[in-house]
Amino acid sequence: MTELAYIYDSIRTPRGKRKQGALNEITPTDLLSKLMVQLSNRNNLDTSKIDDVIIGCVMPVREQGANIGKTAAQYAGWNVDVPAMQISRCCGSGLEAINLAATKIKSGFENLVVAGGIESMSRVPMGADIGSMAYETKISLNNHYVPQGIGADLIATVNSFSRKDLDALAVQSHKRAFNAQQNKRFKSLLPVYDQNGLLILEKDEHIRPESNLIDLSKLKPSFEDLGSMGFDSFAQEVYPEIEQIEHLHTAGNSSGIVDGASLTLLGSKEMGEQIGLKPRARILSFATCSTDPTIMLTGPAPATIKSLKRASMTIKDIDLFEVNEAFASVVLRFMKDLKLSNMNNINVNGGSIAMGHPLGATGSILLGTLLDELELRDLSTGLVTLCVAGGMGIATVIERV
Amino acid sequence: MIIYQKDAQNIVTLTIDGSDEHQFNAVCEDFFVDLNLHLNTIKKDKSAKGVILTSKRRSFLTGSDLDTIYKINEAQEAFDFVERRKKVLRKLENLTIPVVATINGDATGSGMEVVLACHHSIVKSSKEHKYGLPEVNFGVLPALGGIVRLTRKIGIDKSLRFLIEGVLVGAKESIECGLIDELVETEKELMTNAIKWIDVNQNYTQPWNRKNFQLPDGDAFSKMNAQILHNYPSQLRKKTRGNYPAAEKILNVVTESTLVDLAAASKIESRAFVEIITSSVSKNIITAQWFQKNDINAGLSRPSEINKTKFSKIGIIGSGLMGHGIGYVSALSGISVVLIDLDQKKANLALDKIQKLFYDAEQKKQVQPYQSKRAISSIQATDDLHRLNECDLIVEAVFEDISLKEKVIERSEEFINGKAVFASNTSTIPITRLSKKSRDPEKFIGIHFFSPVNKMQLVEIIKGEKTSSETLAKAFDYVLQLNKIPIVVNDKRGFYTSRVFERYVKEGFSLLMEGVNPQNIEFAGMQAGFPVGPLSVADEIGISLLNSIRIQEKVHLETEGKQYLKGPWDDVIDIMIKKLNRTGRVSRSGFYDYPKDSKKKLWPGLMNHFPLSTASITQNEMMDRFYFSQAIEAVKCFEEGVLSSVADANIGSIYGWGFPIFKGGVFQFINDCGLNAFKVRARELSDKYGERFVPPNSIESMIKKDQIFK
Repeated sequence: MTELAYIYDSIRTPRGKRKQGALNEITPTDLLSKLMVQLSNRNNLDTSKIDDVIIGCVMPVREQGANIGKTAAQYAGWNVDVPAMQISRCCGSGLEAINLAATKIKSGFENLVVAGGIESMSRVPMGADIGSMAYETKISLNNHYVPQGIGADLIATVNSFSRKDLDALAVQSHKRAFNAQQNKRFKSLLPVYDQNGLLILEKDEHIRPESNLIDLSKLKPSFEDLGSMGFDSFAQEVYPEIEQIEHLHTAGNSSGIVDGASLTLLGSKEMGEQIGLKPRARILSFATCSTDPTIMLTGPAPATIKSLKRASMTIKDIDLFEVNEAFASVVLRFMKDLKLSNMNNINVNGGSIAMGHPLGATGSILLGTLLDELELRDLSTGLVTLCVAGGMGIATVIERV
Repeated sequence: MIIYQKDAQNIVTLTIDGSDEHQFNAVCEDFFVDLNLHLNTIKKDKSAKGVILTSKRRSFLTGSDLDTIYKINEAQEAFDFVERRKKVLRKLENLTIPVVATINGDATGSGMEVVLACHHSIVKSSKEHKYGLPEVNFGVLPALGGIVRLTRKIGIDKSLRFLIEGVLVGAKESIECGLIDELVETEKELMTNAIKWIDVNQNYTQPWNRKNFQLPDGDAFSKMNAQILHNYPSQLRKKTRGNYPAAEKILNVVTESTLVDLAAASKIESRAFVEIITSSVSKNIITAQWFQKNDINAGLSRPSEINKTKFSKIGIIGSGLMGHGIGYVSALSGISVVLIDLDQKKANLALDKIQKLFYDAEQKKQVQPYQSKRAISSIQATDDLHRLNECDLIVEAVFEDISLKEKVIERSEEFINGKAVFASNTSTIPITRLSKKSRDPEKFIGIHFFSPVNKMQLVEIIKGEKTSSETLAKAFDYVLQLNKIPIVVNDKRGFYTSRVFERYVKEGFSLLMEGVNPQNIEFAGMQAGFPVGPLSVADEIGISLLNSIRIQEKVHLETEGKQYLKGPWDDVIDIMIKKLNRTGRVSRSGFYDYPKDSKKKLWPGLMNHFPLSTASITQNEMMDRFYFSQAIEAVKCFEEGVLSSVADANIGSIYGWGFPIFKGGVFQFINDCGLNAFKVRARELSDKYGERFVPPNSIESMIKKDQIFK
């Protein structure tokens, strides 16, 4: 009989701003370690029972290099028995870690796995790894590499989303996030303390409750220059029908660049009973897919369809969605593809535009956020999905137990 | 504490003028309060063109306000404290007009941190003044921006020396490594160059406040620094054995502060400060190295009514190992020496040895050639006892034998002048007994130097029954004049240091007899923080000497009508001396072998004569046995009136036999445990290992009165 993978806990740090952010002073290993200590403490975990630790981290260099998962587990004082690895499926890494953990458990080979992610974008920014995709010229020439923002703008252009549409989504993200914060909806958000027990950060500090359309409309499009300099031409090689790419995304309607970490504890039913933990939910299915890498960010819809099919479910069966707000157009495109007319059950507590997208961690953050809200509303099923560089998409379906 | 003046050219001069009677400006709350007030004035003054920070006293600004830091125990309080003072220095640094520090004296600790916050620093050339950040030596760390600024100013590599090793440098070297910016020769140039700099640099921004600032040699992950930081931690751990957290935390701050912006770097520094100063290790080190050492130097154990004596000429009888060492340190301190031995040949040999010591010191740049020359020329090596008449103090340092010493005292005192103090350098022979052979027991005293005399800072002064206050004061002043640390004890067998330190070796021998692996014994000793393991110590002292000591002890006890109790100590010595003829390092065979061209190694044959037991003992247990056996013996010394100063006991233990500084000395160790926990643990140890661990009664009464050792 195949096991089911249960979710026993999912916690996260608050997300700190990139500039003069409260988490800037903490090294990524330290930030992840602190969360690991909190995870094992609040669940009274005998860490020797953990079969593996999978940590998503998209820029695994410098402070985040050399298998940060294992380094952090050791620094956290977890049992020497605990192996760990760092993985990357770019922006989807946090969710991929969870999906891999679910696979291990479902296979029956492993019984207790910690999955999550860490990204300290203030220290190790995007591009710090100077990868082949964007910097090796024969590759970028062959693959028409365009930066993600250009992809986002292309989506807006192709689907005729207006600047106002994008900004409105951004305003909503901030308002919803602020409300959720005020109403203490983020149950699994744990404060970060220093080594002396002094508080460093206890809430997502990127949120701007005062966000409004007028202020957002004043922001300069972020990818205009890059686009006109040349990247638009790369895009047009693949989309010759587009006369001109409308550059509508700004810092205000794109995800925030932040520092953050998250961990999700998954295990078999038997293991949960053994260690005295009550499961909160279980993984029904997941899926990964890939689409056109130039428009890049259209993966969420096909990944969602694929995962629902695997679970023998339809869109109507999902109570709440978390669709990563990498860029506003990503969410709007997702809704269009799946014929969803409103966001009443999508990103109900705001998203990455308001709170930030710490690349490797977001997938696990979204899952924890989703689960918290399902519990508060006493709803049953949820779906998390993210767009991923290279055109990929990833989705996971969960059900409360 | 800071005097504000503004001249006709609109230059503001802030003169630091603490009212410390010792002419040092010490960092304290007043300094920051005054500085803050003056900065607020300057900020409002649109006509001010620049600021010069200077001092009216012998030092520019020194210290780290350990008096205040010591009292802080709460994390939030510590954080607020350091952030508040840092803010003032940032205000100084962020003035829109140029700020120059003109350094006309020592600038160390927080004083140096103030200099680093200035835009430009000029130092006057001098031979005696020192510059640096020695906070690590007191178990704390510079947290007023010292780590962050120094690293950004001169780079990681050069900073480590100052921050982790606590090195102090002279004016010239401070320029060479970039700690200070400019060197001048005269006091006048300090001012004129400062004014010139202010003139030329009207729109100055501190380098690390500028956009695109890069550290010299890059951040922690630059090629050069990554190499250093890959290796440095284990090198540091090798030295500290993990017992000195401040050094490690400083290293962490140095590296981490280079990877983030100034605001985050500053927070990292502050949090490390909080962590360190609220820890017991820092309290222990401050207690010993700051409070108690200062108390000793201020004459806590010295009769205060006696005026200070400065010695110009002293005599030493016996030019052996101790004699010539005492001659060296005396001459080094500017005291003329008459060095006496049986014949001129021996005396000349001694003088040669002293010259070699000076030569070695010159090589290490501890001494200038002109100083050695002057010192050596002030030494008279002779066999003529008449020369003793010119000496204000005489130290006999002949072989450790009662009758020999008695003879020497009788014979040589015929030649000394009526005022001279006569001292015996002995580690075991009762002073009162020797004083009976002196013509004036009131002028007789014990001054026990430690070997090697040129390196060991401690001197144990032993009062005989009849020793007068004046004699004690003079002996004390002599030791201070040598730049050594005096402790004062009463005349009981073993005095203080030998008696307590013997416990370390004895415990090592007990462990050996119990079948513990000798390597584990030695490792435990070093992990506990002693310079070497107990078996190494035994070899160094010489197992044959230990044998003589125990024979003497037996004799003494019998004359007192007491019984000598045999123990593992005797078994071990019997085996080593009688059975194996392994006498110690000098004969190159003891517990260790001492091959000519390589490191010493434990003799493999040990296990044949000290069979290993299957039972195991944890390292912690061994360490506790070393600590507790010494601490309890020290308490007994107190109870028996061997000494009455906790400061002397702690400092004596640290500088006399290397009791770990991070424990603060042998009594601070007890405070650190907590007296009740100490008592409980001692009982556990006594139940397991014997009477020597029974907690002394005075501990119990101290617990009842909620007292600690101070």
